[in-house]
This record gives sequence, structure tokens and C-alpha cells, in this order.
Amino acid sequence: MKNRTMVLRAASILAFMMASNFLGTPFPAYAQMNGPTAAKKHKWSYAALNKVPEKARARMNPLENDPDAQAAGGKLFEQHCAECHGRKAEGGRRGPSLRAREVQEATSGEIFWVLTNGIVRHGMPDWSKLPEPERWQIVRFIQCFRVSGALQAPPAQR
Amino acid sequence: MAGEWNRLGSTRAWIRRVLIEPVTSGLATGEQERSEVSQGRCARAVLLSLFTLALGYCGLFCPSSFAQESPYIVTYDHYLEEPGSLEVEYFSTFGTQRGGNDFHAYWVEFEYGVKAWWTTEVYLDGQTTFNDSTLFTGFRFENRFRPLKQEHFINPVIYVEYEQINGADKILKEVEGHDIESDEAESNASLRQEHAHELEFKLLLSKSFKGWNVAVNPLFTKNLSPSEPWEFGYAVGASRPLALKAVPNRCNFCRENFIAGVEMYGGLGDAKSPGLHETSHYLAPVVAWNLPSGWTLRLSPGFGLNDNSHRFLLRWGVSREFSGFGEMVGRLFGGRP
Repeated sequence: MKNRTMVLRAASILAFMMASNFLGTPFPAYAQMNGPTAAKKHKWSYAALNKVPEKARARMNPLENDPDAQAAGGKLFEQHCAECHGRKAEGGRRGPSLRAREVQEATSGEIFWVLTNGIVRHGMPDWSKLPEPERWQIVRFIQCFRVSGALQAPPAQR
Repeated sequence: MAGEWNRLGSTRAWIRRVLIEPVTSGLATGEQERSEVSQGRCARAVLLSLFTLALGYCGLFCPSSFAQESPYIVTYDHYLEEPGSLEVEYFSTFGTQRGGNDFHAYWVEFEYGVKAWWTTEVYLDGQTTFNDSTLFTGFRFENRFRPLKQEHFINPVIYVEYEQINGADKILKEVEGHDIESDEAESNASLRQEHAHELEFKLLLSKSFKGWNVAVNPLFTKNLSPSEPWEFGYAVGASRPLALKAVPNRCNFCRENFIAGVEMYGGLGDAKSPGLHETSHYLAPVVAWNLPSGWTLRLSPGFGLNDNSHRFLLRWGVSREFSGFGEMVGRLFGGRP
């Protein structure tokens, strides 16, 4: 009987978790969101780049000349970032496009700082759990769109 | 067809002989004992079914995502679950017991990232004591909050847990107060009479530097019964991936997928008698293997550091992370597609 009561209570907590998820998570599918709505929603993401401390902003990517860095960064991006930012960094369910001018014109140090610290209050977790070289590899991948000429304006300016 | 049926029959016989009979062999007599065995089997079946159902359901409706999980089993670092992701985990602890029967305790864990700064979890615990019985031992409801917005020299996370377990709970997810090996030497029938409603608080302090993670977790537990004092404990851990740079190709056995480390945990007495006397302590190497398919495997042999500790604990776990669980549940409740 006590087992049954405990199972029932545990089930209620699971239900509570599902409900809190329902109420507390921004679940609308941002993958489908574009245009002014997405731009407004993601304004804070680009603004975070302006808040990077001067010292961090000036940091150079130590893997700038590593021939494998971009490919390895692409793999890491797919594993950790594509869920929110889209497989080709075009913007996704919860994250903004990383091909936007704001990101592509940012320094390696600025992107690295945002990746390391996240924008926790607005849903982007910090990725300092990845070792520093892996974070630089991701930065290298994000910046490859600058070279390939795929620079885009943010959705609202299109 | 007949051959297939015979093969299935022999599999059932093997399962009965290897998995069920050893558990039930010590309970040959008594209606109550038979009933406990039946409830125990039921508890184990419920836990395994929940784990399988959750995996199956999420596997069908949510994409899995690569998880960079820490190898710790007891210690926590400051990283929370990604928002909207659900991690389903199963852990086992095999422990030796002097003056009693060895045991196998297990738990299923559902970890959900509500926000980037808030993770909530529920645990369902059970155990099998060899030559005794199997039983469901309770549940825990845990929340972790990250108060600071950015990475700092040391990163604090506040951990709050409510647990409703009985005295037969042996998962040793934390060791606190004057918990010692001999507490668990009695039979399950006797241990399960004791019930604990506890609030547990931890301050998770963690730092990552040059690939290393170092985490320190002091813990404070209060049994909600007024006569019980506050109990104290600790867990500390250090870990590092085997490689700090990723290789370009997708691979299962790349060194970057393995994280190894060590953790140590134990009790620090209670408010009435703080200190190390009558406390148990463990040292445990840990290793995690994060597979690109989204699965994580963990293994940790633990060794008791004094005579009050179990001599040996072998822990292992399997987990899978599903991204987009929040959106999937949102759609179930009529959220926008």
C-alpha cells in the first residue's frame, strides 16, 4: 500500500514536471519563426555581443590556422548548437541565425565569450563544459560563413 | 516455429533461474514474505518499464542529441540541462555488505531543463538485496538553480531536493551524517519500516579550467521529523576529457568522447555530533563515454575508505538525452505547431 502511495506521488511529480515544462518553456516552434517576429525575439542575442568585455573581445583564435579546426567545429556545431541554431546556422527553433551580419562581423573573441558564458537569462546555456580548444573550433566554423560570402542581414532587415 | 518457441521458453527459464530465483530463494515460507517478493518484482518491473517507456516515447517523438555529460555519479558540476531537453537515466549500484547480504540498488532519473538556469529532476529508487527481497524504496524530487548569469572564477548552483524514501533505500546517491555500512545490514522487511521525509540542500561549486573540471558539493539534510538534527556531508570530484580538441570525423571511439576522473564523498556527522567519527567515506574513479548517437555510459568502481564504509561499490549508468521534449509536450497540450 505504501509502495502504491509513493508511486502515485512520484507520478504526480512527473506530471508537475510536464506541466512546468508546458508553462515555463518557450515552446512555440521558433524553427518556423522568421521575419520581424524572429528579429524581435532574437534581438537580445545579437545585443549580447556588444556586452563582451574589452579584454575578451581582443582574444585571437589560437586555431585560426589549424586546417582541421573548421571541419571539427562543424561536427561540434551539429552536435551541440544545430538543435537551436539550425544545421547550417541559419537560425532554428530557439536560436537566432549565426549568419547574420552582427555575428559575422563580430571578432573571434566576442563569439568565444558568448559561447563560453551563454545568455542564460534568455535561454542560451553556457558551453564552458566543452574544453576551450573545442569552443575555438566552433568559433572557426561559425566564421566560415564570412569567407564563403553567405553573410546575411538579420531577418527583419531582409 | 516450434524451434523458436523452444528457444523463447529456454530464455524464460534462464531469466527465472538467473534473475528471479536468487532473489526469491531466501523466502521460502510465509504469506507476507511471498507478498513482499511479489511487490518487489512489481517495483522492479515498474522502474524498468518506466525507463523503457520513456525511452521509447521520446525516441519516437523527440530527436536525440549528443550529450557532453560529466562522468560523476554522486558529485554535481555547475552545468544544467539544456532548456527543453529531457535526459532519461538508469543507474545501478552493486554493493558489498559485511554482516548482511550484498545488494543491487537502482534508480531511474528524469532530468528536464526548464530554463537555462533551472533544471528539475525526479528519481524513482529501488533495490534488490540478495537472498532477501526486491522493493521500491521511494522517490526524490530535485531542483537546481543557477543564480549567476555568467561564468565566474567559481560557479555556484543551488540544489534543493525533497525525498520520501524508506530505510531500505541503498542507492547511496549521497552519503550524509552518520550513515554507515552496518545501518544496511538488517533485512529489507525491517529496514522498510523506517520512513524518511527529508529536505536536502547542496551548494554546488564548480570550476572548469584548461579542460579540467573541479567540483565541490557541501550538503545539508534535514529530516522533517522535528526530533532529527541537521546532517552534513560532502562530495568532491575532478575530471577531464581524454582529448581537448575534437577530430573532424564522427566517431564512437575518439578520445574526446571519453571523460575520466575521480570523486570522493562521505558524511560529516550531524548538528548534535559533527565530525568524522562514525561516518563513511568513499573514493571512486569515474569514466563516461559520450556516444554521438546521444547515449552516455558511465562506470565507477568505488572503494570504502574506512571500516564504516561498504568495502566495494560498483556503479554503472546509461542515459540518453532528447532535445525538443518541451516543445513536444507543448504540442500535446495544444501549443502551436
